[in-house]
Amino acid sequence: MTSRTLAALSALLLAIPLAPRPAAADTLFMSTQLRPIEEAQKMRDVILKDYSGKVTYVPEEPAALPVRLQAEQQGGTHTISVIGALHGELEPLLPMKGIVPLDDLAAKLADRGIPAGLLTLGKLGTTHQMYIPWMQATYFMVANKQALPYLPAGADLNALTYEQLADWAAAIQAKTGKRVLGFPAGPKGLMHRFIEGFLYPSYTGGLVTTFDGPAAEAMWTRFAALWKGVNPNSTNYNFMQEPLLSGDVWIAFDHVARLLDALRQKPDDFVTFPAPAGPKGRGYMPVLAGLAIANNAPDPQGAAALISYLTEPATQLATARAVGFFPVVKADLPADLDPGVKLAATAIARTENAKDAVAALLPIGLGTHGGEFDKVMLDTFQLIVLRGGAPHDALAREAPILQKILTDSGAPCWAPDPPSTGACQVK
Amino acid sequence: MRRSAAIPYLLLAPATVFLGVLFVVPLVQTAALAFRADGAFSFGNFSTMAGDINFNDAIVNTFEVILLAVPLQLALAVGMAMMLRHVRVGRDLVLWIWSIPLGISDLAAGLVWLAILTDRGYINSLLFHLGIIPGPQSWLTYETPTTLLIAIVAAELWRATAVVLVIVAAGVQLVPKEYAEAAEVFGATPWQRFVRVTLPLLRPSIQTALILRTVLAFEMFATVLALGGRNFPVLMSQAFNAQYSQQDYGVAAAYAVLVMAFSIGATLVYLRVLRTPPAQLP
Repeated sequence: MTSRTLAALSALLLAIPLAPRPAAADTLFMSTQLRPIEEAQKMRDVILKDYSGKVTYVPEEPAALPVRLQAEQQGGTHTISVIGALHGELEPLLPMKGIVPLDDLAAKLADRGIPAGLLTLGKLGTTHQMYIPWMQATYFMVANKQALPYLPAGADLNALTYEQLADWAAAIQAKTGKRVLGFPAGPKGLMHRFIEGFLYPSYTGGLVTTFDGPAAEAMWTRFAALWKGVNPNSTNYNFMQEPLLSGDVWIAFDHVARLLDALRQKPDDFVTFPAPAGPKGRGYMPVLAGLAIANNAPDPQGAAALISYLTEPATQLATARAVGFFPVVKADLPADLDPGVKLAATAIARTENAKDAVAALLPIGLGTHGGEFDKVMLDTFQLIVLRGGAPHDALAREAPILQKILTDSGAPCWAPDPPSTGACQVK
Repeated sequence: MRRSAAIPYLLLAPATVFLGVLFVVPLVQTAALAFRADGAFSFGNFSTMAGDINFNDAIVNTFEVILLAVPLQLALAVGMAMMLRHVRVGRDLVLWIWSIPLGISDLAAGLVWLAILTDRGYINSLLFHLGIIPGPQSWLTYETPTTLLIAIVAAELWRATAVVLVIVAAGVQLVPKEYAEAAEVFGATPWQRFVRVTLPLLRPSIQTALILRTVLAFEMFATVLALGGRNFPVLMSQAFNAQYSQQDYGVAAAYAVLVMAFSIGATLVYLRVLRTPPAQLP
């Protein structure tokens, strides 16, 4: 073999990986929701089953979505057509011009009966419809019926307070020796959402503005006391349906999608109820996911058709059945609905309609600082509750870090904190 | 003449280009990322890293596991290699079985041990049936740091001793039998023959095995994540969280630089302490 053939061979070897891949003909639907493999599979096999076009469903980590979209916008190779994500995840895509206005599509879908409040959220503060509401959910509590006899006297499950929850867990521990209250504080759990949307609003009426202060200190002291009745495996729990089904946990808080398996498999064993209330009301975090079309999408017609399909009442009900996200359009829950899904739907309705409800939005406007924001909440929790540190010291340590994140991102306050001009301020 | 002189370089070129593009360039970029904040040279990422509430725990945990696991792995591997020398029939089969963990991914190994040690796992079921414990006993929580550490060290031993074994077993085969026989003639006991003859001759293999094992141990991640989760931060899990949860690439790069510094430091120590004296070089 001569050196010339060798050189030609080397050049060929180097060139092969650089050859462009053929473009996909399907509509690429990238979603930060329904990411776990079972949920993604249900999306492909159940929810998208009756869709006439061809869809490639690609789940993506929330943090990676803006990175990938930006890479596509800058690199000029566009693959993503439809983006499905939470309100707070779609919002940072607006300033980077990653999504396009959908006013025409919204007009076509006017007969779907999407509530005006949700459509307004979908404008992301502009005059155009930037995303179409897709599905909604929230977090609530589930209890094994074995725990009910220990409920403190006079406590109403649907109007429970954090004090009563602590007494309840303590009573079970005293009688059975087991710590059966559980929180999803594992590496993939949603504990930060509990702190942001439930604990802080219930005790302080805010989150950022009231992060530090006497009310927050009192709250953490109470929560650390409540934690004495919590199963220590909670720092390993990611989906509370698992310990609920195994019986390790009798009372649990989590996102509906992470509780639904337990409710579906053993609907007769469990009851559902709203998260507890504190001195300032019953804080809760509604979750709204929306559908947007990527800027320079390779298949805008397919994208619009897919969004139209996903917001049909029948598809919305199929979504509720399959993955436990509830309809945003007018669709009556049928009488033959799975009893587990019905349990979840009841708890969500009771949470939203509670007289003392305090709605807390997912953090908005933090852009790429969302992860750091959650870390402040989890670090504070770790310092005070898991390590037994003094709330005053932990809050004094974390408050400046929180303020720096808000100042750097310039995020104005979101509900339940009062609106602010300029970056939200820790008081 | 000229042509044939160029051929070795041509053949080496693809591998060199490959390593250069996919290894050296990212390495330099990572270092640059770690030392930069807001477009200027800065130690900001390192101070953020050191200010993390889990940083000290991560350092202590990483070193605890390495200092416990690596010497134990070396002792086990040398012991196994010495035993293997006396196996006549089925030697390959034994070696093959011993190296099965090599083919299992870190995460799978972690999950295997999780299934054994979780509240309703095999250990607890066994202890419960033997009447030793009255109900599920937790081994892997933040309230039981000692058993958590033991579990992680055990999983690392099970998973990665084979790497050391394969290198040491290869080294043992290269040691000429004549030396041991000569020592025997002079009346050396088996222990003396092992300590004075075999071990010094194994020094190059042990050095290679220790460098490889320690560098890999600084990068342990999936096994620890499966067993310890949030309860047992190590340097790599901190880097992972900085990169993916907080999207703080500078801090993740700072962790990478720190792990690299530790790895280089450990390698230099092994190269110096376990160097073969010039007199013994062939």
